[in-house]
Amino acid sequence: MTAPTAPAETPAAQPAAAPTARTRRGFRRNPWRHPWFLEGFTWLYLIWSLVPILIAVLFSFNKGKSQATWQGFSLRWYYKDPVNSVLHDPQLHAAVIQTVRLSVLTTVIAVPLGVAFALGINRWRGYTASTFNFVMILSFVIPELIFGVAMFFVFTVLFTSVHLGTTAEVLGLVTWNVSWPAIIVQARLVTLGRQYEEAAADLGANRWQAMRRVMLPLLGPAIFASAVLVFSGVIDDFVIVDLLSSNASNTPMSVIIYSTQHGGNGGPALNALGTISLVMSFIIAIIGYLGYRWLTRGERGSGIEALTTIAGSEG
Amino acid sequence: MRRQKKNAFWIALAAPGIIWLIVLFIVPFYAVLAIAMGKLDQLFESPVAVWNPFAWSSENLIDVWRDLFGSAAFAGPILLRTVVYVAIASLLSLAIGYPAAYFVARFAGRRKGLFLVLMVAPFWISYMMRMLAWVDLLQTDGYANKALSWFGISAVNWLGGKPVTVILGLVYGYIPYLILVLYAGLDRIDPALIEAGRDLGLGRVRTFMRITLPLSRQPILTGLLITVLPMLGDYYTNNLLSGAASTSMIGNLIQGQLGTPGLEGQGAVLSMLLLLVLLIPMIYYVIATNRSSQAAS
Repeated sequence: MTAPTAPAETPAAQPAAAPTARTRRGFRRNPWRHPWFLEGFTWLYLIWSLVPILIAVLFSFNKGKSQATWQGFSLRWYYKDPVNSVLHDPQLHAAVIQTVRLSVLTTVIAVPLGVAFALGINRWRGYTASTFNFVMILSFVIPELIFGVAMFFVFTVLFTSVHLGTTAEVLGLVTWNVSWPAIIVQARLVTLGRQYEEAAADLGANRWQAMRRVMLPLLGPAIFASAVLVFSGVIDDFVIVDLLSSNASNTPMSVIIYSTQHGGNGGPALNALGTISLVMSFIIAIIGYLGYRWLTRGERGSGIEALTTIAGSEG
Repeated sequence: MRRQKKNAFWIALAAPGIIWLIVLFIVPFYAVLAIAMGKLDQLFESPVAVWNPFAWSSENLIDVWRDLFGSAAFAGPILLRTVVYVAIASLLSLAIGYPAAYFVARFAGRRKGLFLVLMVAPFWISYMMRMLAWVDLLQTDGYANKALSWFGISAVNWLGGKPVTVILGLVYGYIPYLILVLYAGLDRIDPALIEAGRDLGLGRVRTFMRITLPLSRQPILTGLLITVLPMLGDYYTNNLLSGAASTSMIGNLIQGQLGTPGLEGQGAVLSMLLLLVLLIPMIYYVIATNRSSQAAS
């Protein structure tokens, strides 16, 4: 969370060279001219990155069974089709519910766990603290497959009373996502320093009061941002739930999309499922952005900062 | 006495997280190790974990070694292919991502918000939805082939095991993460440094080479790591966009062994080996991000 740097220079506002000298060569020499080539390249990238998704969303409204040819508009794959629509196919229906369930459960467990961890580790200086902080960050960067393999084995060989299914999924997802609050809250603690806590202590607050009345409100934006990241991270998660799910009743949307398409049974209903997950994520993103702006309303900070924070950059 | 009491409060706060990490992060990795070094139950073809390090067997290790380097090695080429695909995909991501991030960080001006929203949008779209988008486009009767047919190029079976498709999928899947890291790094460069370069007479290209590029070395390295690490464990992109054995990567190998009776021990060995190889870059990443977050505060 750096202080926002000065906004980028606005090339348009820079006075160009004297008009008489504006030959083509002079234009090219002007060091402040707008980089049209770079801008074009950036637009091309954005088109390449977003148009395929728009097309995939479009196909969720396809009238026919094709995912490749447009056959007219219908809401058939959402709810009109009595058999194959997301609403009526029990598997697709269950997947939506399972995704929401996993997101809520994981967020509710991981965020308090991570926030408490961050507070404790940040103030408790010592070898043990720094070791576990290192382990926490390691869990943040480890490739998900390696982590998923470990989870798969621990639940199939050691903790066998936890069967593969929702419980195993939640335990795995919490472990995978607890580093978000732990890392983001610690970064915020470092920028806050200790003066607020010391001021509270000077004014007679005991440690618990200082924590509840002073620190938690100050950490509010960081905690909120991490909750948003955990929630949307679980919607997007694939590897852990793929390895830890056991049957259709505990398989979330990402895994259904993957396994059905991979199994050769793809169809616009999958696009509808993907569109639902996209809408869910966007709602979370909008809530996250507005909520973060609201929580930091008294601070010096820009919308751009809020945007990158809820996307997990520079927490 | 007071010092101890003070610490006890913080220890109590950190304790649940620490216990969670021990039970569900450290112990699971020991379980993988115990299975990797364990034996095979011949009757049920299920892996038997050996918890005592003094009783460890090298059965699985030898099997994996034979697969990787033996006379009938099938895993060796997979390993090589993984390195090649990931290298191409991550460098391509950098080549596409850097100019875009550079433009948004330096020149977007008042439209920075708009560009950032569009740039961050893929981050909020589920990975599977983004892969599904390409599955749709690349079908034999899909829009990619229709576009090509305007130029008189006949239909290509993109999803039938083409390395190009897999690399495209990897780039498409992981580039948003790289761009975000690059943007954050480039945005932090003090514009005064660049102006100073200009004032001292450097042209646009040389300012970039002398100032911007050296200052973005750190974001480039961390950004590449953030794309390379998950690419190495990726099996789903490959399975969705190709599914052919001729393009399979180390992730496919491990995931396949996980579901095959009798091979799970070897899957454990492979994932442990992968972890071992990646430990150094991972630790580098941890140290680098720690340093930059300390510098920022």
